[in-house]
This record gives sequence, C-alpha cells and structure tokens, in this order.
Amino acid sequence: MFYIHLLERKNKIIAIKRKPLRFTDLQIVAIKVFIHVLAIGFVGNMLYLTITDKIAGDPVDALLHFSGIGSLHFLLLCLLVSPTAKFFKAAGLIRIRRLLGLYAFFYACLHLLSFVFFELQLEWGLILTEIVDRPFITVGFVAWLLLLSLTLTSTKGIQRRMGRRWQSLHNWIYMIAPLIVIHFYWSVKSNIFEPILYAVALTLLLWLRKDKILKLIGR
Amino acid sequence: MLIKKQNSQSLTDNDVTAESVYMNRRTLLKSLGFVGASSLISQPASAFDWFGSDEKFETRALEHSKPPKFQIDETITPEQKATSYNNFYEFGADKSDPVANAQEFNVDPWSLTIDGLVEKPITLSYDDLFKRFALEERIYRLRCVEAWSMVIPWLGFELGKLIQQAKPLSSAKFVSFHTLYDPEQMPGQRNRFIGGGIDYPYVEGLRLDEATHPLTMLSVGVYGKTLPPQNGAPIRLVVPWKYGFKSIKSIVKITLTDLMPATTWNRLAPQEYGFYANVNPKVDHPRWSQARERRITSGGLLARNRIPTTMFNGYDEVSSLYSNLDLKRFY
Repeated sequence: MFYIHLLERKNKIIAIKRKPLRFTDLQIVAIKVFIHVLAIGFVGNMLYLTITDKIAGDPVDALLHFSGIGSLHFLLLCLLVSPTAKFFKAAGLIRIRRLLGLYAFFYACLHLLSFVFFELQLEWGLILTEIVDRPFITVGFVAWLLLLSLTLTSTKGIQRRMGRRWQSLHNWIYMIAPLIVIHFYWSVKSNIFEPILYAVALTLLLWLRKDKILKLIGR
Repeated sequence: MLIKKQNSQSLTDNDVTAESVYMNRRTLLKSLGFVGASSLISQPASAFDWFGSDEKFETRALEHSKPPKFQIDETITPEQKATSYNNFYEFGADKSDPVANAQEFNVDPWSLTIDGLVEKPITLSYDDLFKRFALEERIYRLRCVEAWSMVIPWLGFELGKLIQQAKPLSSAKFVSFHTLYDPEQMPGQRNRFIGGGIDYPYVEGLRLDEATHPLTMLSVGVYGKTLPPQNGAPIRLVVPWKYGFKSIKSIVKITLTDLMPATTWNRLAPQEYGFYANVNPKVDHPRWSQARERRITSGGLLARNRIPTTMFNGYDEVSSLYSNLDLKRFY
C-alpha cells in the first residue's frame, strides 16, 4: 500500500514541471546569517555549559560527542545541497555549500582540539601514539587532514588558479564522509544503531550521485 | 499511472502497526531522529530530558556506620554527576539515558536469591536487603573501562558475609550474577536499538575468592541514601579493583558454580573485555590506552583532571589473588 502511494507521488512529482526557484542576494545572505548564528550559537552554548560545569555528566565526553556529531551533520547538509538545488531547480542554493563545508571543518577542529586539550590534556607522546596505533583514531585524523586540504583551497582565487585540479581535489568529499561515519561506528562500544542511521543517510546522499562517483572510481 | 482505490477490506498503516510499536512511538521517534540532533541542541542542565518522565524516583536516608579505613582522602564526585552519567544499557545506551528512563522503576517488592552450589539457598526480600546486615559507608574509587573514574561513597555490606551464610559447597569455584530481566520496565531489554544490541539479562561473574574478598561489597545505597535506579537499585555489586562493568546492577540472582560463567561484555567482544577485567595500566584496551584516566569531580571542561591509573585501581591488597596469573593474557 505504502509503496503504491509512494509510486503515485513520484509520478506526480515527475509530472509537475517545476518552475526554477530563484534566490535574491539578500535571501542568500539571510540563509548564511542563519547558518552562522546556528553554528556559532550551538558552539557558544556548549562551551558555556561545559566550562562552567553545567553539563550533567562528563563535560569532555559531552564536547567530544557534540563536536563530532556536529561536524558530521554539517557534512551531510553540505552533501544535501546539490541534490536539493537540482530538485527545486534552485541553482542559487549552491552558494551556501562552501559555508556548510567550512563549518564541518570548524566542528572537526573543535573535535580534534577537545581530544588533544581536554581528553588527553596535552600528553603529546600519547596523542601521537594514539593517532598512529588506534585505527579508529587514525581514520578520524586522516578525515580531518583531508578536510583541512579542502578548507585551505576553498577560496575563489585558489579555485580559479587550480583549474580542473580543484574539482578533483574536492571530489575527495565522497571519501571523507564515509571515513567519518566509519570513525563514528568504530568508536562506539556496542550501540551501533546511531552510526548505522548516519551510514544509511550518507548512502542515500551518495546514491543520488552514484553515476558521478562510479565514474571517479573507474578512472 | 496506477490508480488504486481504497476499498473497505484493504488494510491501512494503522492496521499493521503493532500496538507495542505504537505505544513506544515517542521512544522510537527519539531513537530515530533526535539521538544525533539532540546533541546539537543544548543539553538541559537538569538531568531529565524532554522525553523522560518528570517523576523522580524516591530515595530515603539509610542508617550506616563509617569505618575509618574506607573514609579515603580523595575528592568525592558530586552526587549529581554520579547519578546522571551512567552506563546501564537496560535503560538506554547513552550515558544520560538511565537517569531519564529509569525514574519509574519499581524496586519493591524485590527478590534476590543465592543458590547453586550452596548448602542453604537464601532468598532476600526488599526489606531484607537493608536489614540483614549492618550497613557501612565505603568510599571507593570507580574506574570505568572507558578511561574515566569517579570517587563514590557506597552504602552496603560485604558480599562474603552473605555467601558465608549460604554455606558454599567445596565444589563451588565461581559466582555468577544476574540483573533483573523485565522488558516491561526496562526499555533496553524490549528493544535492541535502545539496549545497545547486547543480550539480556546482563550477567557478570567472579571467582569465589574474589567474591568473598573483604573489599567486594553489595551496595544498597549511595551518598547516604538508597540507590537511585540508574545506579542499580535496589542492590548492586561493587568490586573496586575491577573495571566498572563488572559491578553489575539491580541483581536478582547470585549463583555459585563450578565453571567460569559466560559474562555479558566478554561474550560480546572477548578481545576487548576479559573475564577478570582488573584495572591494569599496563594492559591497554585495543582502542585506547589504560595508562591514565580522567577523574570526574567538579571543575568543568578546563579542569586538569588526568591522573595515572594505578594497578588494581590502587587496591594492592588484592594482588595476592593473582600471584599465579598472567595478567596480560587474562585481562
């Protein structure tokens, strides 16, 4: 029943000729401001609660989880932009994508810094051996390095100078996102349900661009 | 286009949704969407989240002595932290879940049986738990296998005293412990997604000489009062020289056996969690170092609370139990 219902809806959707959705500059700015307020607001609130010890349990654990999941959320949102833009014929939406990607990196930095400053509290020897010896941390760190390289090349000027190589570098996002989900899955003790939900969401997002990804792998 | 008319015989979504699923829709929705999203939303300072019950489990003060030997000079973890940051997967796999989901847990009536290879099996009722033995307060360090630790004032009595009354047979070598199995009260036992995918009931075990060691206690209270459910009401084990997961909660059965019992975490991930699970800074967990720990007291994010982990969590008096055991192999 339900599937038939879905099928009907799908047919309807295809049948409708969508009008392109256009955004004014002001609207794009408003969306960006909204993203900034949300992203910074959550971090500020979390730092306030953890620094003043208003978190019910362990503040370090709370900050690690918050920043890790936050980074993954921004990355998934980032991957949602182009399918959404295509679906609504709203090319202007692409203009918010870089901001989402930068916040994914920002939250990933907060995650790494929490690990270094608050979890291991600057025990540099241990920090290095943990990154090398513990596969789930290695995976997370590699993902952070890749995000770093995308962030460093994210300005318009560098994009122009890199030409076609820019796109092939930024295609690594299709590798980074699975690495982060693997890192999450590997970090939990036994409750794999939550990471699996994210894996399903990511698979859907990658599925929407499977032709492109298959071409990249084939090359 | 396929057009399907609804006739009176065809079933709707309502008809195929099991009542149990419907009744649990909030929990289900929560586990579907809000698990991750909620971490973006500010954590309320109070321990109870939006979906939890507003009712708070009632504890009462317990009379007890304070043997000087166990009044150690270490900063005690604030009660609010020790009672809202718990691993008790029967009430949810997230550490903030137990306090949110366990407040309506019913502990009276309770029945705890001691059976197996004993001459005199014993059954304790709820009132017996508090009356059979004089209660003493012991401040113990608690070291979690996840490399954090707390300092907690338990109220209880020595497990050895209870085992002695049951008169163990000479064939008894091990002791197994079972947590209550009650899916109606414990959402994690009803639903694998809430319960973190472990098999229930939770089972733990000790060697008989470990169980009868004077440090091993059965606790019925904490911070001067009866245990709240998230800490294992009405009665739980406390083995201070072992990782926290050995200290099983809400116990209904203690069985003396001649064979090493299969224990929950060991069965789930034998390469990560051994039967012994003695606190040992020299044997790492495969995914993290056990050399040091973060001591959770107060002070928030900026507290420099990383301290070295000590062998047997600082309880050297138990080392004679393991003089013939390779602790690297039997972690």
